[in-house]
Amino acid sequence: MKTAVRTAPGAAIAAAGVGHTYRTDRGEIAALRDVSVRIAAGEFCALIGPSGCGKTTLLHILAGLLRPTRGSVDLPAAVPGRLPAAVVFQGVCTFPWMTVLANVEYGLRMLGVPRGERRARAEAELRRVGLWAFRDAYPRQLSEGMRQRVSIARAFATDPAILLMDEPFASLDEQTRLVLQDELLRLWHERRPTVLFVTHSLDEAARLADRVLVMSARPGHVTADIPVPLPRPRRYRDVRRDPAYGEFTARLWDELENEIARTGVPGVER
Amino acid sequence: MSASPRGRRRAERTLAILSPLALLVLWEVFCRAKVLDPRYVPAPSTVLGTLGAMTRTGELPYNVAVSARRILLGFVLGAVPAVALGLWMGLSRAVRAALLPLVAAIYPIPKIAVYPLIIFYLGIGEASKLSIVALSIFFLVLLNTMAGVLSLDDAYVRIARAYGARGPAVFATVALPGALPSIFTGLKLGMGFALIVIVGAELLGSDAGIGHLIWRAYQIFAVDVMFAGLLVTAALGWLATAGLDWLEARVLPWRA
Repeated sequence: MKTAVRTAPGAAIAAAGVGHTYRTDRGEIAALRDVSVRIAAGEFCALIGPSGCGKTTLLHILAGLLRPTRGSVDLPAAVPGRLPAAVVFQGVCTFPWMTVLANVEYGLRMLGVPRGERRARAEAELRRVGLWAFRDAYPRQLSEGMRQRVSIARAFATDPAILLMDEPFASLDEQTRLVLQDELLRLWHERRPTVLFVTHSLDEAARLADRVLVMSARPGHVTADIPVPLPRPRRYRDVRRDPAYGEFTARLWDELENEIARTGVPGVER
Repeated sequence: MSASPRGRRRAERTLAILSPLALLVLWEVFCRAKVLDPRYVPAPSTVLGTLGAMTRTGELPYNVAVSARRILLGFVLGAVPAVALGLWMGLSRAVRAALLPLVAAIYPIPKIAVYPLIIFYLGIGEASKLSIVALSIFFLVLLNTMAGVLSLDDAYVRIARAYGARGPAVFATVALPGALPSIFTGLKLGMGFALIVIVGAELLGSDAGIGHLIWRAYQIFAVDVMFAGLLVTAALGWLATAGLDWLEARVLPWRA
């Protein structure tokens, strides 16, 4: 089925001078301030920062779910049967009332892809993540790791130019997380969407990304942009033995520590 | 010594059948021993005989059919708009703000108290019966549907919107299926109310139906027919609940 394995190149992400302010009853809260991000087509970029710094806000803006109050975002042009930007969320990520297959087909259904092609593309994606045998199961019957696989398959099924991931592995146990990281790297390698991966984990950022963006405390602002000095493929045991790995994660922490101190977390010195 | 789970389930099922059966036997014995006066409390065997006779004459099937039809039609008439409006109220703050005070004010009125007014407007025919059933379940289903949408995790709407769903698609793929469990809770509660209300309405003013049957039996002092009517009402209620359970299992396979 040739239609199922369409590989289209990723598109660049470009945001310039993006600012966002939420209005609440207690006044305005500036979530983002003058964020400019440029990610090349096919690049894997991680975004880290203290809790509540506006990472998710930025991701929602890039996904087109939220209109920034300032600045501009270039979203890839719409192509029939293809989602410009697909999002993988953390935690609750699948519809419990749909089968695995229906969940994976969801984005294609919303895109208006005809049934036959929809089925073929969803099948290819489910086979790729090893869940074809579970196509008729409901999410309740799956483990959390499997559910997250389903949501990754749903994203890849729409053949996105950009893949936005909001801490997708945050609530998984470490072993499952490592397995899913490998799987994501494999899928990314085959298809080469442009990825922005929000995470709290320095290890995860170092293991997955080409480049790590560090965000300041609220209002979020990109304070550092550091290339990851590790060769690919990034097999876990190789990465962990690489002295550059320890050096790199330590450097990330240097960047981050100041910002976390600014949020007023006790025990972290300024 | 502990029984296996299956053994325990079987024992529970046996008990559930045995206890009402024992009560019936006791009742029968008391009647035959003249402890209970059969002029006031007929024996179960008498009631059963009456049921059989009324079925053969066609009197019972006719009246049951009349009541069942009223419940079914009234149910659909009330539930469909209730679900639609409930989804809308759940999704839109503005609609909720506008309608919730009204709903909250009307909901607690015992619907049977409105029946005289309904008869006044619609007459004593089928229209008033269907209306009272529809009215009695409308608010229950409406409030449960709205609560179902409100209790849905925002994450589902976010996923839907991220994958391009807008307006009606969010309605059909998230709000409705997500609220269905609550909708069924409303429907099941509503079925109980529908039965209460229709029999009540038929007692008050009707020329057919189970309630009418019971009322007429009271007027001619036919105690066995009154008991038969109650028995049939219970059976109808049980059947309706079983039907809704069956429907729920079919419509909500993801919950089982």
